[in-house]
Amino acid sequence: MNDMSPDGYTTADGRKIGKVLMEMKNITLRFGGVIAIKDISFDIREGEIRAIIGPNGAGKSSMLNVISGFYHPQEGQVYYRGEVRPSLRPYQVAQQGIARTFQNIALFEGMSVLDNIMTGRLTHMKAGMVAQAIWRGKAEKEEFENRQKVEEVIDFLEIQNIRKTPVARLPYGLKKRVELARALAAEPQLLLLDEPMAGMNVEEKEDMSRFILDVNDEFGTTITLIEHDMGVVMDLSDRVVVMDYGKNIGDGTPDEIRNNQAVIDAYLGVAHD
Amino acid sequence: MPDQLFFAMEVTVNGLMAGVLYSLVALGFVLIFKSSGIFNYAQGVFALFAALTLVGIQNGQVPFAHLINSIFGTNIHKFGWHVPSVLAIILTIGVMVLLAILVERYILRHLVNQPDIILFMATIGLAYFLEGFGDIMWGSDLKKLDVGLPQGISDTIETATFNWFGYGFFVDKLDIVATVIAVILVTGLTLFSQYTKQGRALRAVADDHQAALSVGISLRYIWVLVWSIAGFVALVAGMMWGAKSGVQFSLSLIALKALPVLMLGGFTSIPGAIVGGLIIGVGEKLFEFSIGPMIGGATENWFAYVLALLFLVFRPQGLFGEKIIERV
Repeated sequence: MNDMSPDGYTTADGRKIGKVLMEMKNITLRFGGVIAIKDISFDIREGEIRAIIGPNGAGKSSMLNVISGFYHPQEGQVYYRGEVRPSLRPYQVAQQGIARTFQNIALFEGMSVLDNIMTGRLTHMKAGMVAQAIWRGKAEKEEFENRQKVEEVIDFLEIQNIRKTPVARLPYGLKKRVELARALAAEPQLLLLDEPMAGMNVEEKEDMSRFILDVNDEFGTTITLIEHDMGVVMDLSDRVVVMDYGKNIGDGTPDEIRNNQAVIDAYLGVAHD
Repeated sequence: MPDQLFFAMEVTVNGLMAGVLYSLVALGFVLIFKSSGIFNYAQGVFALFAALTLVGIQNGQVPFAHLINSIFGTNIHKFGWHVPSVLAIILTIGVMVLLAILVERYILRHLVNQPDIILFMATIGLAYFLEGFGDIMWGSDLKKLDVGLPQGISDTIETATFNWFGYGFFVDKLDIVATVIAVILVTGLTLFSQYTKQGRALRAVADDHQAALSVGISLRYIWVLVWSIAGFVALVAGMMWGAKSGVQFSLSLIALKALPVLMLGGFTSIPGAIVGGLIIGVGEKLFEFSIGPMIGGATENWFAYVLALLFLVFRPQGLFGEKIIERV
């Protein structure tokens, strides 16, 4: 897929993929002497499900952290909606409409499921502090809208029965789902998922896959995900970037990646004789 | 009814009132501890500094007068004006907000992700710095604070209770004011933390920094906000204590009394700080009144600490604190 038109393309299953939403250009990230990401470029298009794969320690999570503003690359530019994005803090990136989940679940353990998801709406709350405290005027209307959106997300992810449960009490698989719910509540343009299926059983993986496809389909959300389960990655994603030792060793549709010799070598190892 | 019982009741009421002041100081600790996990040793000094600044502004004192005079050989001490109480209080709030911004900019920002003990040590440093700074800025003499709060024994209550029970209760008017203010403050803080966006963000930051960042919360903004609120609470506490016993440097020592209050109430609970303060206030007064004479008095100095020690043994999370659960 090297000759892609700037306006997008149509996937095998007939979905229209739009223009470039985010572009990473020659990103290099170093921690002291360790090079985590070395001169990587790729783009993410509107409406696409984009996967980043690679063996452990390849720099996938670092890449996601660069996109979400947790890390700042020493070299290279990040383009968002066609413009160079300056070095932003994570909360500013979130305010631009990029939501994420974490590999090791970062939820507010002390709060209920509902409150957790409600925090996802913080970037949508604009009413003044006093108005909110006394529940008047703009604040009332806003709170109502936010609640409605949160309920929608709860219905969508089928977690109605645990909405009042403190998060600390939930099993792992559900926590992952609540984290996704919080990210969705922000109505993001770009959703970043760091190993959404790690540690799940087959059934939970199927549920999660279905949710990811539905989110993409119903809300038109662009999704970038990191995942180790190759079956899942190949089924879900439209295009895949493969990283190894911080380098980009392949980029293309699942079919192209399956037949890419460099990728096969990286995963299966290569004989040195 | 025997006078003995009435006297016990009076002691209890006075204990409650004294407890309110402990609660006010403890409240400042809880706010910061809840949102950032930092035990702010400097909270007591914050109260002192706020009270000093308030008196200084009110009396038109020239800041750093001694320093200026000794360097330039001048002899200025006062601007010669008197600032009205309300304006002085607003200006002092401004100073406390500025202090919060400086604390975030020069201390917290550089210590992100450091162990709690490092942050605790930093607040000890801050406490001593601020105490010395307050001394240089406003002088170390005992100052009288008068912001127009009513003081002295309330005649109304004394006559009323005398008519009803035949025993006149002695209640300080200032204590009543302190109680009313504490109630307003706690109501306001509760509304703020439960219903506003900032309150929600504050609870989120307290729980998980990374997650808070990912939903679009600026940690720096929240820290400045919470230290400003703690500064404001310190101002209220400093004002009450200052009005009661004058603004003096021993004011910073009241922070030590807040420690047993926190151990009783729990470090993370706003109601806990209030109830803890009241229990300590009443407890130490009643203990002094009933057991004190048998063992030579002066029990108020240690009673609170012994009570806290007992709590540490039997209920380490305090009355309202989050239960300590370790998953293995």
